[in-house]
Amino acid sequence: MGRGFISRGFRGRRREPEGGSERVPPGQYLVDGFPVLSAGPTPRTPLSEWSFSLEGEVDETKTWSWEEFRALPSEEITRDIHCVTKWSKLDTTWVGVSVDTLLEGVETAAGYVLAFSDGGYTTNLPLDEVKDGKAWIAHTYEGEPLAPEHGGPARLLVPHLYFWKSAKWVRGLRLTNQDEPGFWESLGYHNHGDPWREQRYWGD
Amino acid sequence: MAGTVRRLTWQVGEVVEASPQTPRTKSLFLELPEWPGHRAGQHVDVRLTAEDGYQAERSYSIASAPESGRLELVVERLDDGEVSPYLADELHEGDGLELRGPIGGWFAWDAKEGGPLLLVAGGSGIAPLMAMARHRKAAGSDTPVRLLYSSRSYAEIIFRQELETLAADDETLEVIQTLTRSRPEGWRGYDRRIDGEMLREVAYPPEEHPLAFVCGPTPLVETVATALVDLGHDPNRVKTERFGPTGG
Amino acid sequence: MDEQRLDGNAAAGILQEVFAFEITTARAACVQCGATGEVGAQMAYVTEIGTVLRCSSCDNPLIRIVRQNETPQRYWLDLKGINYLQLQ
Repeated sequence: MGRGFISRGFRGRRREPEGGSERVPPGQYLVDGFPVLSAGPTPRTPLSEWSFSLEGEVDETKTWSWEEFRALPSEEITRDIHCVTKWSKLDTTWVGVSVDTLLEGVETAAGYVLAFSDGGYTTNLPLDEVKDGKAWIAHTYEGEPLAPEHGGPARLLVPHLYFWKSAKWVRGLRLTNQDEPGFWESLGYHNHGDPWREQRYWGD
Repeated sequence: MAGTVRRLTWQVGEVVEASPQTPRTKSLFLELPEWPGHRAGQHVDVRLTAEDGYQAERSYSIASAPESGRLELVVERLDDGEVSPYLADELHEGDGLELRGPIGGWFAWDAKEGGPLLLVAGGSGIAPLMAMARHRKAAGSDTPVRLLYSSRSYAEIIFRQELETLAADDETLEVIQTLTRSRPEGWRGYDRRIDGEMLREVAYPPEEHPLAFVCGPTPLVETVATALVDLGHDPNRVKTERFGPTGG
Repeated sequence: MDEQRLDGNAAAGILQEVFAFEITTARAACVQCGATGEVGAQMAYVTEIGTVLRCSSCDNPLIRIVRQNETPQRYWLDLKGINYLQLQ
């Protein structure tokens, strides 16, 4: 394989997929825990100050307070998630508001969204990738309120793409005509990020 | 030291000794083919590679003095760790360990920099500060030094014997211990987590402009650094090394 | 208390892969708040996805670095958060 030194007897904490290895995208391995990877301090926005906005190429900005957001219909979903750093978790359970619900009644010609978060993190997606049952604003994980280190009180959840696109501490979606690379997309990570085509870095 | 560094390359060292220190920690002694030398306080990155190419990297402070012929790392076994159980339980003498270094000239001390020196450690955070104390002795320095060291229990004091000897032989070196979970009968050290009050009693007064190095778990480091600044110490003379969650 | 927040020294490993000088004692000037300080005194977020060095005064990202591990290796380095680096 052309690798250098091998550490005798080292395996790491990966585990083999049971049966469903066709659920694990190329180059990924399964983990039991839920690794936390952060690019900055964990925000601690009080719920009384939290809001979620749909803005940009829309007739008027729509904003929900935490109460208004939680009053929207939520869905329970179970999905596999895949991080570009190669770990995958199968059958993770979430409860969240579908982005379709938030987009109801919104007319736009925009082709792209930029998700933005407390602390300045951003990630970009085609609008089509967050519609039609592909994305949620998730507030509950494994039956508990989403913990701050995992993006709570709410994060974007787009499980069909690498998990850096599931922006933690999300505060809104800006609909844009141009595609604007986000925090990691502007620094080497693939603009689209499909785990099944191993779109990890520019040019993949 | 300032200036250029040699390009950091990975090299494979040989484990020449692996010795338990306390129930949870082990010292690894390594010999490296091309070790350029280091300054007390610096660390190395250790890299483990599985047969299928999977890799895990962690940083470990160098506990040995620059004057020592062998590199010493202190590994604390974390139950849910990925790297530390391998280093503490699987690795044995004769095995190779891939590492690169030395890294991190900011958190380092040379005897000629003087002091007085205030060293504050929690648990395995003693490692880089031990390198400083050992270097100080090897260099024949009489820079006053106070080491405040927090451990869970008497049996978990890493380098306990050596610290006792260092302090007994040298009146310019003081070691103050605190045990946070249990104490032996007759214990005369502190008996709680390090706090501002303890630091006020132990630290040199700010007027003496000590150089402070604080190392250990993040909560301890932040408590101590904040308290030292609150006591009037110059933040530029308080250097911290948070171990964070990566020490596993 | 943020478990992921480390000292700038913790970013030295990956930064020394691209910088030929001792980076932890280099002084950086933050474009956002103007504070200057040694790289080692800033805050580092070091994970497998990338390393972000943030200003210890205002949390502005000073230096960001991503490393692709495949052969050949690629790095992406963003220095937009600093006005200058002073090497000493």
